[in-house]
Amino acid sequence: MQKFTTVTGVAVPLRRSNVDTDQIIPAVYLKRVTRTGFEDALFAAWRQDPDFVINKKEYQGARVLIAGADFGIGSSREHAVWALRDYGFDVVLSPRFGDIFRGNSGKQGLLAGQISEADAETLWNLVEADPGIELTVDLVGKTVRVGDLTVNFEIDDYTRWRLLEGLDDIGLTLRDEARINEFEATRESWLPQTLPARSPESMY
Amino acid sequence: MTNVIPTSQRSSGTGLRTLAEKVWDKHLVTKGEDGTPDLIYIDLHLLHEVTSPQAFDGLRLAERTLRRPDLTIATEDHNTPTLDIDKPIADLTSRTQIETLRRNCAEYGVRLHSLGDIEQGIVHVVGPQLGLTQPGITVVCGDSHTSTHGAFGAMALGIGTSEVEHVMATQTLPLNPFKTMAITVNGTLRTGVTAKDIILAVIARIGTGGGAGYVLEYRGEAIRALSMEGRMTICNMSIEAGARAGMVAPDQTTYDYLEGRAHAPRGADWDAAVAYWQTLATDEGASYDAEVIIDANKLEPFVTWGTNPGQGVSLSGSVPNPADIVDANERSAAERALEYMDLEAGTPMKEIRVDTVFLGSCTNSRVEDLRAAAEIIKGKTIAAGLRMMVVPGSARVRIEAEAEGLDQIFLDFGAEWRFAGCSMCLGMNPDQLEPGERCASTSNRNFEGRQGKGGRTHLVSPLVAAATAIRGTLSSPWDLVQDGDQ
Ligand code: SF4
Repeated sequence: MQKFTTVTGVAVPLRRSNVDTDQIIPAVYLKRVTRTGFEDALFAAWRQDPDFVINKKEYQGARVLIAGADFGIGSSREHAVWALRDYGFDVVLSPRFGDIFRGNSGKQGLLAGQISEADAETLWNLVEADPGIELTVDLVGKTVRVGDLTVNFEIDDYTRWRLLEGLDDIGLTLRDEARINEFEATRESWLPQTLPARSPESMY
Repeated sequence: MTNVIPTSQRSSGTGLRTLAEKVWDKHLVTKGEDGTPDLIYIDLHLLHEVTSPQAFDGLRLAERTLRRPDLTIATEDHNTPTLDIDKPIADLTSRTQIETLRRNCAEYGVRLHSLGDIEQGIVHVVGPQLGLTQPGITVVCGDSHTSTHGAFGAMALGIGTSEVEHVMATQTLPLNPFKTMAITVNGTLRTGVTAKDIILAVIARIGTGGGAGYVLEYRGEAIRALSMEGRMTICNMSIEAGARAGMVAPDQTTYDYLEGRAHAPRGADWDAAVAYWQTLATDEGASYDAEVIIDANKLEPFVTWGTNPGQGVSLSGSVPNPADIVDANERSAAERALEYMDLEAGTPMKEIRVDTVFLGSCTNSRVEDLRAAAEIIKGKTIAAGLRMMVVPGSARVRIEAEAEGLDQIFLDFGAEWRFAGCSMCLGMNPDQLEPGERCASTSNRNFEGRQGKGGRTHLVSPLVAAATAIRGTLSSPWDLVQDGDQ
């Protein structure tokens, strides 16, 4: 996972609250067997409407999503984060997130920053007045800058640290790899092993 | 739930530990600090085609390796057909998942039991059958019914796809500590009452959320008297009470089941293993965070009437009246369930007529289950218009059953005898209910649409499944005795 410090890019104003994971990625896309390539699945139902905000040409290549409250509620599918990442988003800002979604985001390198309702409104107005304007999200200072305006966002210290270090769950565990090696060396020899395969017929 | 009584205090400080705590402590790689999870070593990782593809893909993207192929094993079960298994799988999604598993296992050196292989079958039947599931180990699988393996005194946890990837890469999992709950089943089961009835009664008592955050330990006289198959049935459904896992302390029954199995320890290793296994039982005087007590003497065959496994009642009872339910959420859930199930409050359960009987799934598809059902139906004829599907849990179970002539008993009765797999337990392969079709099923989930869109499921034991197939209405072997044709 890449280390996260600042992101500068186009922001999409998504003036909707209670966006659940089924809207972020409809269930039909969950049948795939890959971890990537979900960009077409993001907001698939809404994107059929040419006027849906993400479809506007000013917002192409966006990296920041500014959403209403309770973004990412609903079923725990990790695909919701994958779809946002694959589409190109590095940051989602919202006044409140679904808990599981927020947890999944931190693990997949997506910054879920909490902003006040008032700041969400301010940012929406700014971006809508000048579509395609770039803003800068600074994880070190926990700020969003656009033109002369700076607003703060919240993120818990642990998730912030992980994003700054670029550690996914596995990376985090592998920092203790020496401990795992030590533990493995103490395991009893008679513990089950799947290889080499034995079958009852070949036993005796 | 109110029915879960918290006991005084966990035995902290006394040095006395429960089974679950012992297994956990034994696998502690690092102890979590300041609210971070413990890192737990995983002894056995089971894979199947549904939850593994993206984990393999994640591994590949991050250029990581599979740390311990020798502690990993895969089988094909959820998507596989139970007829024409030599033909290509018709459904494209299913076929893609199976083909992806085959490719991934070849690439990463994972042992795979494919359709047609003698060890192929439901992942939770295969592990114990090979002797890989052993007391005191940690087992994970990207499947909620991994709890099955707890019957051996293993800590067996169902995990999600990203955790599957984590175990692949590190052979460990960061896990939060758990609470312990004793489910003490005293007394003796009456003839005709089985392990399935115990667990359905437990879930009806504590509710589908009653076990949340807990590892359940089943203990007491009635549990000790159960075979390994019966213990697996009970542990299998722990997840339906919301629990993280279910366990039974190993004893002579466990050792007898394991001895001589392909991957069980041998010779001096066997002795060393048994010595460890004998230390696992909960210490005398150790306490649990909660306890539930069940009287086996009073249990009757149990069936579900609703759309979650907690909505169950004794077979001699009736469909409950939602108006009698105090809790508002449960009341509206019951109302919705009755509407979906097309049942009237007050209807005696025994008057409910079914279209289909399904004998199978990781809950009840082992040889013992098939044998018990076969004994009931032997020499009888299936109820007119009813269809019965018998699906062994693994290819080896099928072969064993055939060696005993069970297949012929089922076929003579008028049932279908299928190849191994998850089959009608879930609507993911060709074996599905039609909308409105009513099924007595030995599986573990009666959710709306679980066995096919619009299908209606009553969860039952293999004995009730067999008696129902004879009479056409929900029945137990007790009813056959009353019919005078035993
Ligand atoms: S039999 Fe049913 S519950 Fe068991 S693993 Fe298969 S689908 Fe899951």
